[in-house]
Amino acid sequence: MFDPATAAVEAALAAGATYADARFVEARAENIEVLNGNVEGLDRIESVGVGVRAMFGSSWGFFGTHDLSAEGLRSAGHRAAEIAKASAAVPGPLFELADVPVVEASYETPHQEPPLEVPLSEKVDLLVTVTEEMAAVDRIRLARASFGAWDTHKWFVSSQGHRIHQHLVECGGGFDATAIGESETQRRSYPQSFGQYETGGYETVRKWEYAANAGRIAEEAAALLDAEQCPEGEMTIILEASQLALQIHESVGHAIELDRILGWEAAFAGTSHLRLEELGRHRYGSDLMNITADATLPGALGTFGFDDEGTPAQRVPIVDAGLWVGVLSGRDSAAIAGLPPGGMVRADGYDRLPMVRMTNVGLLPGASSVEEMIAETRRGVLMSTNRSWSIDDKRLNFQFGCEIGWEIVDGRLGRMIKNPTYTGITPRFWAQLDMLGGAAEWVHWGTPNCGKGQPMQVAHTGHSASPGRFAEVRVGVRG
Amino acid sequence: MNPQEAARRVVEMVGDRAEAEAIVTFGREELTRFANSFIHQNVGSEYTRVRLRVADGGRVAAVTGNRADDASLARLAEDALTVAATQPVDHDWPGVAPAGHAGDGDFSDPSTVDATPAGRAGVVADFVAAGEGMLAAGFCDSDSFEAAFANSNGRAGSYRGSRATIDGIHQTGESAGSAHQTSRALAALDGAAAGALAADRARRGMNAFDLKPGEYQVVLAPEAVATIAIFLDFYGFNGKAVGEGQSFVAIGDQQFDPAITIVDDPLDGEAVGAPFDAEGVAKAPLTLVDAGVTTAVVHDRRTAGKVGANSTGHAWEQSSAYGPLAGHVVVRPGAASVDDLIAGVERGVYVATFNYCRILDPKSQVVTGLTRNGTFMIEHGVITGAITNLRFTQSFVKALGPGNVAAVGDDLRYADSEFGPGLVRAPSLRLDSWNFTGGAEG
Repeated sequence: MFDPATAAVEAALAAGATYADARFVEARAENIEVLNGNVEGLDRIESVGVGVRAMFGSSWGFFGTHDLSAEGLRSAGHRAAEIAKASAAVPGPLFELADVPVVEASYETPHQEPPLEVPLSEKVDLLVTVTEEMAAVDRIRLARASFGAWDTHKWFVSSQGHRIHQHLVECGGGFDATAIGESETQRRSYPQSFGQYETGGYETVRKWEYAANAGRIAEEAAALLDAEQCPEGEMTIILEASQLALQIHESVGHAIELDRILGWEAAFAGTSHLRLEELGRHRYGSDLMNITADATLPGALGTFGFDDEGTPAQRVPIVDAGLWVGVLSGRDSAAIAGLPPGGMVRADGYDRLPMVRMTNVGLLPGASSVEEMIAETRRGVLMSTNRSWSIDDKRLNFQFGCEIGWEIVDGRLGRMIKNPTYTGITPRFWAQLDMLGGAAEWVHWGTPNCGKGQPMQVAHTGHSASPGRFAEVRVGVRG
Repeated sequence: MNPQEAARRVVEMVGDRAEAEAIVTFGREELTRFANSFIHQNVGSEYTRVRLRVADGGRVAAVTGNRADDASLARLAEDALTVAATQPVDHDWPGVAPAGHAGDGDFSDPSTVDATPAGRAGVVADFVAAGEGMLAAGFCDSDSFEAAFANSNGRAGSYRGSRATIDGIHQTGESAGSAHQTSRALAALDGAAAGALAADRARRGMNAFDLKPGEYQVVLAPEAVATIAIFLDFYGFNGKAVGEGQSFVAIGDQQFDPAITIVDDPLDGEAVGAPFDAEGVAKAPLTLVDAGVTTAVVHDRRTAGKVGANSTGHAWEQSSAYGPLAGHVVVRPGAASVDDLIAGVERGVYVATFNYCRILDPKSQVVTGLTRNGTFMIEHGVITGAITNLRFTQSFVKALGPGNVAAVGDDLRYADSEFGPGLVRAPSLRLDSWNFTGGAEG
């Protein structure tokens, strides 16, 4: 399947492009949605096509097509080059693409059970069973479960000589129970909000033992209706790992995207509070904060062999003992910033332009445990599982809500509380990180729904985290 | 093969083995994106989308492909039947729509259908030029398509549509201002006017100060009103949410201020419209709120069937999971100019847009988010300066509730929302109270 991509690249070069690359992508996906024991949706989606990217001067053009005829591929390459020339009418600064190894290679996600080959009846039975168990709990009105899988082949060719085939396998899912009261709803989810997704086969779903956790989750949702409101004020919080993963995603992952720092996402996704001239000098957080962007982590959702520019997957230090030291970059952004390319450029399908996306932006584990954090907290709240998330366009002012919390009084867990929220300003918040869970509590959480770019693209990112404790945080903001 | 032929063909391929419905779209979308005052992304694609849903004795499956040749359609049909056969019976399956004409229409404009990269670059250049000395960022896009529906009861229909948008900001280095225009017609977009508005907001946004959080009167520009409208729509007027007990909606109750009327109007002359929904049910104007009284919710065939009502024509591809959605929302305008709205504020805040809004509780419609790209202090009826972005935590139902809507603007236009362009037309509003819960200090 290198030939269609090659044809498109050659057409772009013939039309005047100085560089071109193309991806032939065959993608299959499956989504199952179950509500209260009834299958509400079962979708299978397939797409095949070629996306060709052409450079003219310092300007890009891109065209995607599902027309795989010789004429269709020639036309796509030609149109990409013509669009690049139109872009050059309002040009940016001149640059040379950053060098990357030119390779002929292949990569396949390690996996045991191809998720699309697992019988549908087995997957549906699991989801139906857990929703029926949850729905049987008093006051649970809505019991949902879902499964999703992606099986993607990409053949990448560039005018510099890249020829790379990748076969990526990803899947996951989860469930939630919603209790509805007179004037409120309360929900609990497992393994995390929107499900837990990883690279790998169906074995990654089995390990989470849905059935063993359904009853507990439903009981917690029902109990939340009677729980006390989260207290208001400044206090210590302990974030369980999946919530901390989202905190990393929003307040670190997006802020370190080099295209945002360069202003390329300013209008839609916003910019960043980080300034390149402060790289290596800006204090992002406390000494416990060590963050890497690691596309090589086995099983994590942001893992691959090569990015969509043909750059090999790599591990890049981002924050070292609290000091900001790295960014997420691609060949053009790295060249403009004078940095080495990080191999963090991906596209959502053959018909989308590759752009800087998070790989596995994770917080390396510390040396504590949740039990130790609780024991060393005089007054605070333990919060679990994200319910809402909002952060400003510079990734500074954030407010997160969690599904459930427990008060901590004098080193012991107290009563369950509902509607726990916390708010803060990014560097101040990370400076308040004073205890961090160890390797035994470190999980590669996956975010399958990261939106960015125009037209909107959805990326799959990973965020390794263990639980963390933060001192003097404002909690309990209400409307 | 055109979309009508493809839709009919794939349904024929299923034959009498199952109920079937297909919606097929052929289109071309192109987008010119600019930042730091130059074009940094310029993309296009031709797309084909074939969605086939089958039901064999209530065993339902949907498959989607991106090719419409005979072999691909045949494979899609066989896949759908194979998958459906493995499913348990869906007890809420309403069946496909009865025989009849789904509708047709041409909602497209030639200037969008024939759009070129150079044409979009011209709109962008006008936007950039309107902000001398500033850095511009945003996009100009064009999308044109032809869609067709067919089902195994013989129901069919087709239409053409188009949408074009200029959306961008100007930045001074310490402030930013935004502007947005959407139309069926690329030719109707005025890059210079949009750029001038964004630049004016950016200039006024300099030297911003921090405002102490609290309850303030506000004047909300159309983008901010559109965000409220789309949240009310998705989480409230959604027939599935109502059935599940998650919606605030109480039909017949005065839940909003008498100044508020909200309709879904897919067929009027300005609409980026569609004559039927994803189930082939004809669309028609539907009043959701009439002078503050909640009057209707939207249904697809599934949610309608569960309550013994008729579908209102609001199915979309994901409505089985997320519920039906009104996609042509209009918040009816009033008679006040924007200057009039501001003149009526003794001490309050003007908000150009909201940013990153998330619902905290669907039933009470409490939402948190921030202001962005133009937040200004109003004192004694005039804008007196810029303030830094504020976080709010506010029930959107209460925000438009009885007694809280002081005036409605006459500046109805398409406004972007949290869900994207082309969904909501809204005017500016003046509200007596809005709950800001944080600022630059957290």
